[in-house]
Amino acid sequence: MSKKGVLLTGAHFMNGDIACAEGAIVAGCRFFAGYPITPATEIAEHLSERMPEIGRIYIQMEDEIASIAAVIGASYAGLKAMTATSGPGFSLMQENIGLAIMTETPCVIVDIMRGGPSTGQPTMPGQQDVMQARWGSHGDYEIIALAPSSVQEMFDLTIDAFNLAETYRVPTLLLADEIVAHMWEKIVIPTAEKIRIVNRKKPNVSPEEYLPFMPDDLVPPMACFGEGYRFHATGLTHDEHGYPKTSSSEVQERLVKRLCEKIRRNEDKIMRVEEVMLDDADVVVVAYGIVARAALSAVRKAREMGIKAGLLRLITLWPFPQNHVAKIAGSAKRIIVPEMNCGQLVREVERAAKETSVVFLSKLGEEPHTPMEILEAIRRNS
Amino acid sequence: MVQETVHPLSKYLREAMIPHIWCTGCGNGVILNCFVQAVDELEMDLDKLVVVSGIGCIGRAAGYTNADSFHTTHGRSLAFATGAKLANPELNVVVISGDGDLFAIGGNHFIHAARRNIGVKVICANNFNYGMTGGQQGPTTPLEASTTTTPYGNIEHPFNLVHLAAASGATYVARWTTLHVRRLTQSIKRMLQKEGFCFIEVISPCPEIFGRRNKMRTGLEMMDWFKRASVVENFSDPSKAEISTEKLIVGEFVNTEKVSYEKFLHEKISQINEKRVGW
Repeated sequence: MSKKGVLLTGAHFMNGDIACAEGAIVAGCRFFAGYPITPATEIAEHLSERMPEIGRIYIQMEDEIASIAAVIGASYAGLKAMTATSGPGFSLMQENIGLAIMTETPCVIVDIMRGGPSTGQPTMPGQQDVMQARWGSHGDYEIIALAPSSVQEMFDLTIDAFNLAETYRVPTLLLADEIVAHMWEKIVIPTAEKIRIVNRKKPNVSPEEYLPFMPDDLVPPMACFGEGYRFHATGLTHDEHGYPKTSSSEVQERLVKRLCEKIRRNEDKIMRVEEVMLDDADVVVVAYGIVARAALSAVRKAREMGIKAGLLRLITLWPFPQNHVAKIAGSAKRIIVPEMNCGQLVREVERAAKETSVVFLSKLGEEPHTPMEILEAIRRNS
Repeated sequence: MVQETVHPLSKYLREAMIPHIWCTGCGNGVILNCFVQAVDELEMDLDKLVVVSGIGCIGRAAGYTNADSFHTTHGRSLAFATGAKLANPELNVVVISGDGDLFAIGGNHFIHAARRNIGVKVICANNFNYGMTGGQQGPTTPLEASTTTTPYGNIEHPFNLVHLAAASGATYVARWTTLHVRRLTQSIKRMLQKEGFCFIEVISPCPEIFGRRNKMRTGLEMMDWFKRASVVENFSDPSKAEISTEKLIVGEFVNTEKVSYEKFLHEKISQINEKRVGW
């Protein structure tokens, strides 16, 4: 695969981690910092070979805290940057994810979810970091998290993650499970003209006039180090100059609300779902990641059996597509939520579904729900 | 008419951020002054200078400097600086931070940045305690010293920062006190012109928080200690660089040449690409 340039247009047989790495390259990622951790290591290994040969930077840092800090530094120095990890490393990154939120640093964090808590099951799949992705760092914020269901989506959504990060100046998460990351599938890498790449908005004023945190349509244009703007950025509550204003309730409110609003007001542009046979569905399965593949199979089988089943596959987990769930809750009798955890996203589904009853299917340990298990739940609830 | 006078170094400061937050008798202003003096004497391009700091009193120095600056989370300044320097090796990346930030919570990043020899320059203000949070014991607090968390005297052995930096691979290692204004400025100038990872420890008075619990109630008394006890021993063994009430060994301990991480990396990238077919 090496020594072929940036864009490997064509059909390939790849695993999800490698597809993610290739997606990052295509998206314009010029800096990767990481620390070995199963099941995300292959992303680092692949980029350690690919990045230097296309003149880009790979560095292994001393831990995950350093990895995300280096990514923020590289992004502020002008490069698109990414790190990749799994649960334990994702926990270590949380404080600096907050720094990236507060300093509005475009960057991508890949979390390949394994079984937890703690060291848990390093080689087994999980969907247990969904709430950590949303609330892992302290304080109030909004974040973007995408959940791929296939190797193709590991490629496609990594590009989307970079585009969203650059558009909204926000750390963007790719929340994949171990199966999607380690599974080998055919993927098709398109030609350059079919790939949309977004770059951060740059200031169009002189350094004297530039205010680094003055929003233009909620998102401030971003100068980078060395461009002559001589700006200051801090994790402290700051005004539009970037200067600390830690005792002002007005500045705190203006800043933190804007950090949330820039995502909330653009939810419709950010959110993506896949709707399968929802129009007349009595029973709807809401699923994401690898579990959605089993759910799709179960829904098709249920239809063959004459049950009006449908699938709402969540591609964007955060911001949570609550309008899509509310819409199906208005017509369906039951919603079934299979997750590889003890009940995380199901709570958001329940909130959005209001009166419609929601059935939760938990699975932990080794493998995701089988199509038969989900089909059985559909049959019981139809 | 009284003519308005402008301090010759004020162009290096972000005046909108000043007055600073530092206490009377604090040494941080001296350190910042020596740093911008060195930048001035070297005629450095401010547009290519990035000052990075962590959390703590001296952490505000980044914001006071009229260059690109970033105030990171506690302990992470060196990891951030590593990313920035690698991403754009043309930048002069300087970390100005404290002993607690760089050697307790950030200790792991320090040894690895030095080991890698990333071309980042570090100025560490060592005031022997956590000043910002009110004077707790830290990794450089002397044995038996009184702090707000060692009311019966400190029982932890402190780090010898210059020994640690030298052992970790820094290509330039020096220690001064805030009394050694000229030597410190010259030392910063030397460091800023070097390629690899460089480290200067500046022993700095903290009378309000540390000194008054340790029989040095004023900045003057602390400076008097520096004056009385300091001995310049250039290129002496850093492992024997004592800090005590009787003796304060200062000077340059290491000044060597070693290819920097970023240079090594970019040479490697060129080599790989030369071998490539059809690039």
